[in-house]
Amino acid sequence: MTGTPTAQRMAEAPPARRVTLAGVLRQPLLGPLAALIIAIVVFSIITDSFLRPQNLSLILQQSVVIGILAVGQTLIILTGGIDLSIGAVAVLGTIVMARTNDASGSFLALLVVLVLCALIGAVNGGLVTSLRLPPFIVTLGTFTILYATTQLVAGSATYQVPDGPLTVLGETFRIGGFVTTYGVVAMVLVYAVAWYALSQTAGGKHVYAVGGSPEAARLSGIRSNRVLMSVYVLTGVIAAIAAWAALGRIPNADPNAYQNANLETITAVVIGGTSLFGGRGSVLGTLVGTLIVGVLRNGLTQAGVDNLYQNIATGVLVIAAVALDQLARRRNR
Amino acid sequence: MSLQLSGPSSAGRRRSLFAGVLVVALVTTIACGGSDDAGSSVTSAASAATSAAGSAASSAAGGATSSAPDPDAGAGVTIGLITKTDSNPFFVSMRETAQARAEAQGAELVALAGEFDGDNEGQVSAIENLVSQGVDGILITPNSSTGILNAIEQARDQGILVIALDTATDPEDAVDATFATDNTKAGELQGQWVKATLGDTSPKVLMLDGTPGGTVDTFRHDGFLAGMGLTNDSPEILGMENTNGDQTKAQTAMENLLQRAPDANALYTINEPAAAGGYQAIESAGLTDQITIGSIDGSCTGVQNVADGIIGATVMQFPSRMAEQGVDAVIAFAADGTKPSGFNDTGSQLITDQPVDGVESEDTTWGAENCWG
Amino acid sequence: MTETISGTGTSAATRPVVPVLEAHGLVKRYGNVTAINGADFELHPAEVLAVIGDNGAGKSSLIKVLAGAVVPDSGELRMDGQPVSFRTTRDARAHGIETVYQDLAVIPALDIASNVYLGREIRRKGFMGSVLRRLDMPAMRKDSADHLADLRIGIKSVSQAVETLSGGQRQGVAVVRSATFGRRVIIMDEPTAALGVRESGQVVDLIKQLRDRGLPVVLISHDMPHVFEVADRIHVHRLGQRAAVVRPSERTMSEVVALMTGATEPTERERAGGS
Repeated sequence: MTGTPTAQRMAEAPPARRVTLAGVLRQPLLGPLAALIIAIVVFSIITDSFLRPQNLSLILQQSVVIGILAVGQTLIILTGGIDLSIGAVAVLGTIVMARTNDASGSFLALLVVLVLCALIGAVNGGLVTSLRLPPFIVTLGTFTILYATTQLVAGSATYQVPDGPLTVLGETFRIGGFVTTYGVVAMVLVYAVAWYALSQTAGGKHVYAVGGSPEAARLSGIRSNRVLMSVYVLTGVIAAIAAWAALGRIPNADPNAYQNANLETITAVVIGGTSLFGGRGSVLGTLVGTLIVGVLRNGLTQAGVDNLYQNIATGVLVIAAVALDQLARRRNR
Repeated sequence: MSLQLSGPSSAGRRRSLFAGVLVVALVTTIACGGSDDAGSSVTSAASAATSAAGSAASSAAGGATSSAPDPDAGAGVTIGLITKTDSNPFFVSMRETAQARAEAQGAELVALAGEFDGDNEGQVSAIENLVSQGVDGILITPNSSTGILNAIEQARDQGILVIALDTATDPEDAVDATFATDNTKAGELQGQWVKATLGDTSPKVLMLDGTPGGTVDTFRHDGFLAGMGLTNDSPEILGMENTNGDQTKAQTAMENLLQRAPDANALYTINEPAAAGGYQAIESAGLTDQITIGSIDGSCTGVQNVADGIIGATVMQFPSRMAEQGVDAVIAFAADGTKPSGFNDTGSQLITDQPVDGVESEDTTWGAENCWG
Repeated sequence: MTETISGTGTSAATRPVVPVLEAHGLVKRYGNVTAINGADFELHPAEVLAVIGDNGAGKSSLIKVLAGAVVPDSGELRMDGQPVSFRTTRDARAHGIETVYQDLAVIPALDIASNVYLGREIRRKGFMGSVLRRLDMPAMRKDSADHLADLRIGIKSVSQAVETLSGGQRQGVAVVRSATFGRRVIIMDEPTAALGVRESGQVVDLIKQLRDRGLPVVLISHDMPHVFEVADRIHVHRLGQRAAVVRPSERTMSEVVALMTGATEPTERERAGGS
């Protein structure tokens, strides 16, 4: 007898489960989501302006670039790595986009940057997989290289990008009384695709496996290097999309912009409940994490709270989120 | 999802619920605590008002100033201030003066900032959030002269007065008015003093620049050269390096420059931290007697460095005047709709204990009374 | 194959059988260290073969060769008498050999069904599966639940994460996984080492069930009482070689330990592989 189930046993099996709302909200997402909702409620009460549709739309628009980049960061952190170069990749992307736009047209510029960013991802991934270097070190190195390269490519100048395909993600449209940008739509799409890939495909399960227990993944016949490589390349592609969205938001390619993007994406990922140790978390958590940061910044400004206090609030949340993750891990030992 | 979970898992659910409650508590504490702190920061700003008033009085001695404020003029007025960063003492001085000035007139000031030099996204978000809150006016030291123009335009479309402090936008009329140091003039003062100090000795100049491409950097750099009677191509210039206005980077840059040009006799610096870093390198090389250092800023540390002979002369800027005039302009605008316009020089003053003929200067005693930070 | 096996481990099979899995003259060196020094191995149909040996005797290396995780420098592997070679664990799995590793068997954050099917996921039929590559989670959950029920492992929901399970339940998931896919051989590396007494008992029961279904099991263990309880034959590994194969009915525990440490010499028949 082998392990194939008989028809009789099938009949006894519990009914097939579907993806339900409760399933989506299961476990680690609950905390961040509750925090987000409470923050929204609190700001709605203490300020008049917070709950206005245009203000809520603003928070989404402000979250687009970091929000998109944070998807790539989530993928890499899920594999147990970390990407310190992701923001620098996007900034280089904006500069190259702006410069090739002048030379050869918008669509080619988008294509060039897409390929370039994917290649940079492949370099990161190649160093991590073939030389077995820690992702932290690899991406720290590429970050430094990319920052300098960006300054060189930019000639230390900034580039205004004329309205056109490169800035289309900044254009607004209206749904009922809610005005928002195509950049927000792009962000939602990136999250939807990433969520689907991570939770509904074998590749996604393998990302969790490689991050959660590399040895077990290998012994299960998962080609870890292939998984890691695709994650890094995909993160490059996501950085290219973020670069596009960044030009939509601010039609000015600036080599000095987004210097903190690496850390801000990590902040969003961590607040969203994804474990820095890999193998645990979700992109939906990251979306919530991104929104929490955006809501805090916007809401505290509405409430007349100065910048430094806003930073303190974000810092406290990061530490709280990591502490909760540690607690969870210890419980499961 | 099915609720048939075994024991350990429902413990997990309870845990995550607990986690949620904790984070919620955190957020609310942060929110409420934050507002309280904001209140207390206003109070501390008010207590600082006396000292700021003192400095206002002393800047009256220095020249242009604003009249004593009417305590009710700003009632109900909200002003947003967006500095480049939170950390630089220049912007701290600007923020504290603005807070005191607003408080003195019953207006509310919200101070925001970019996270780093070049944080356009942070400043754009700050503008948007202030617009959404419904402020009357926004005072901003733009991180990029061009990167935030759309956001400024949207704010002005909403009827909000936008004033650039310290750094002009490009084009300059993207904002209603600019209150800033005339950086070309400040550079010229530095150049004139260095030139006069060198006297008949032919200049061999090293330059510690700031961030390449920045308008302020370009103005000061070009102003200095004009004051010296040189151009970028002059053979008297032995080397230039970028320092981002950072002391450590300036020290490294100067060490490298001195390897190349050990016979230099004059040093231009973008700001006083760069001058301090450059001095470290010069001192290590034993060349303090050979090289004359000029700088720009007027921070209290910088003025002290002038008094100590580390820097030969510095050109003082007046961030507190920028802040005061900015706050006053918004309050006036809220009252009757009057808008300031164009470029308004908030003044620059050469500070040195080695005065030279033909360049008006004040000594470090005056400098110590009027410095910022 | 003509041999019938009673399955209780006491039948004294005297006629030669074709081993399901056998190895001859395996050698594996790491630099100057010889981990396997000409080792032989034979696993008979539907038996539980315990592999014991002192620490450093090289039994882990031997097992890794059988599981495809280590490629030997020389020596031959056969299944059903036919030569085979494993370059990776995938090759071994393709031949129906499944391994349960001591501590590394499962991915804590993934649910049970995903763990059971890790690396062998089932996709949906049609467009959703072929183009969108969507997993057929309902099918995987249903099958996993069936297998868990078959092996009488008391887990209520297969959609809960493995990290919510006790150590014994986790090991149960790993065993279910190998039983689901192990068509020919199941190898278990110290399956009870991390477990308590009651949970160890559950695993021993699982091993018996697998054998009763006709699946041969290779059990690597330090736990002599368990070995004597469940094993049909005991492969004693010493100094990188097979020192002896003994039957629990013919030797006491202390004798086996003495064989393991080299304090006693095996009989000629035991040295030759026991049969």
